Amino acid sequence: MKKWIALALTVALALTLVGCGGTTEPTDAAQEPGAGSELTGAINVEGSDTMVNLSQAWAEVFQTQNPGVMISLKGGGSGTGIAALINGTVDFANASREMKPEELTQAQGKGVTPVETEVAKDGIAVVVNPANPVTGLTMDQLGKVYRGEITNWKDVGGPDKAIVLLSRDSSSGTYEYFKEEVVGKELEYAKEAKLLPSTQAIIDETKGNPEAIGYVGLGYVTPDVKVLEIDGKAASVEGALDGSYVLSRGLYMYSNGEPADVMKAFIDWILSPEGQKVVEDQGFVPLAQ
Amino acid sequence: MSHAPQQGRRRGRPAQRRAAESVLTRLIQLSGIAAILILAAITVFLTLNAARAISEVGLWEMITGTDWYPTSENPSFGFLPAEVGSIWVTIVAVALCMPLGIAATIYISEFAGKRVKELAKTIIEFMAAVPSVVLGLVGITLLVPNVRTWLDLDTGLTAFTAGLVVGVMALPTLISIAEDAMHAVPSDLRTGSLALGNTRWQTVYKVVLPSASSGIFAAVMLATGRAIGETMVVLMLAGNSGVIPTAPFVSARTMPGTIAGEMAEVVQGGLHYSVLFAMALVLFAVTFAINLAADIVLERQRKRWRR
Repeated sequence: MKKWIALALTVALALTLVGCGGTTEPTDAAQEPGAGSELTGAINVEGSDTMVNLSQAWAEVFQTQNPGVMISLKGGGSGTGIAALINGTVDFANASREMKPEELTQAQGKGVTPVETEVAKDGIAVVVNPANPVTGLTMDQLGKVYRGEITNWKDVGGPDKAIVLLSRDSSSGTYEYFKEEVVGKELEYAKEAKLLPSTQAIIDETKGNPEAIGYVGLGYVTPDVKVLEIDGKAASVEGALDGSYVLSRGLYMYSNGEPADVMKAFIDWILSPEGQKVVEDQGFVPLAQ
Repeated sequence: MSHAPQQGRRRGRPAQRRAAESVLTRLIQLSGIAAILILAAITVFLTLNAARAISEVGLWEMITGTDWYPTSENPSFGFLPAEVGSIWVTIVAVALCMPLGIAATIYISEFAGKRVKELAKTIIEFMAAVPSVVLGLVGITLLVPNVRTWLDLDTGLTAFTAGLVVGVMALPTLISIAEDAMHAVPSDLRTGSLALGNTRWQTVYKVVLPSASSGIFAAVMLATGRAIGETMVVLMLAGNSGVIPTAPFVSARTMPGTIAGEMAEVVQGGLHYSVLFAMALVLFAVTFAINLAADIVLERQRKRWRR
């Protein structure tokens, strides 16, 4: 009896899933070999979750052009990637923050010389609910809001409502960047700030909460939220590029020593206009050429 | 191993098969011990990694510290916000799942017909198999916006919201163990009670519930342990703020949520890393104590009905 119920439930679930499937067409296009490249080798990349999609996009294009190259990619966080580089298990560590002094000491202890390459920039957008009448803040106001010195929207030209502060958690490179640039290096985020585990969580809460304010990477902005102007400048890739929009941070790839052979080819290609085009496609800010 | 009556049969077997049997026995013995070894290894591993934090910050300072600023220039590693947050989430979860779970158990064990009982038990087992991320997503899309409007709060990301979902997650644990406990009550007691003129309902609350009480208590304890250790849901729903919550209706951080959220980006081998291990050690000690207590109570009940 029990077995039959279990079986029936499983079948029902399976059918539902199959029904959701739709048509999947094989994508042959990506498999076309590149124009006579002779590069071969394997590259291991690990690190920042912010950079996973970007790195994936780079790897796909690069591997298509160089069929002899195998790039394997893992997320897990900047700290995880850097630790893997120090332990010698990866070729590149992706990091959405610069290496910390403690990590540099560790690396030296193990005979690893980390070489930093800035590969892209990430613009940070400050977002609120579309129902919020506030359209912009100054850097000063934003800092006060995030330090908990301004706790009501009416103090920055909004309705008489409490401000619901959203932040990424302290593991995020974005969190640290925002702390340095906005909150202040020596100062602290308000204790009331909600440290959410993902950018999506910030978007979700901002979408549903008219009193919320949060910050996300430019690439993650959706039409469900409103982007605030900072110091009267709209958050945009162009603004971050010409420096008029102040909130942008670097994204890095670390290698042990100067990258050579395949690794050099990969990083040179990433820095080339073609690689930087991918950066823009992924919603990040390309480096100034 | 070698009882006298089996000797004759044993000697008749090929030596090979006897050897295989002894290897197998050893293997099974090893797997039995493995669980204990793994547990011991986890404790040692946690303690070793937490050693730096314990010597540099101090265990008591961490447990009673009120500020959690792990990445500042002058970091402070106080567990109190996370500890109190975990307690609130657990209180809400248990307050939800205890009455619901015990009521469901009474129905399934004492009143439901055979088919309904089988169906309910199967579905409850299915519930236990739903990944917590999925429940977290359901919580984010369904509960968070609604909790905000129902209770007129600033935000729906609260210990209360997380507690509701964790409570639902702890239900299968509670029901299946409590059901076992009620099932173990000898039917003589029931028939005896009915023969004395009690109704079925009277039989349940005068005879079956008191007899199974220690088992039900153990079920609640295990569900509590489950609730304290739940990670993904609280990370997604509790809001993870740094305040020490005075009520469940504000954002709170929890111990498992803090560990899971911060472990990925810390400097490995660094102080913050070590502090997270110290927090894991505290969490491990708490869940271990709760499960141990539940086990002792369960064992007592088993002894009671073994006579």
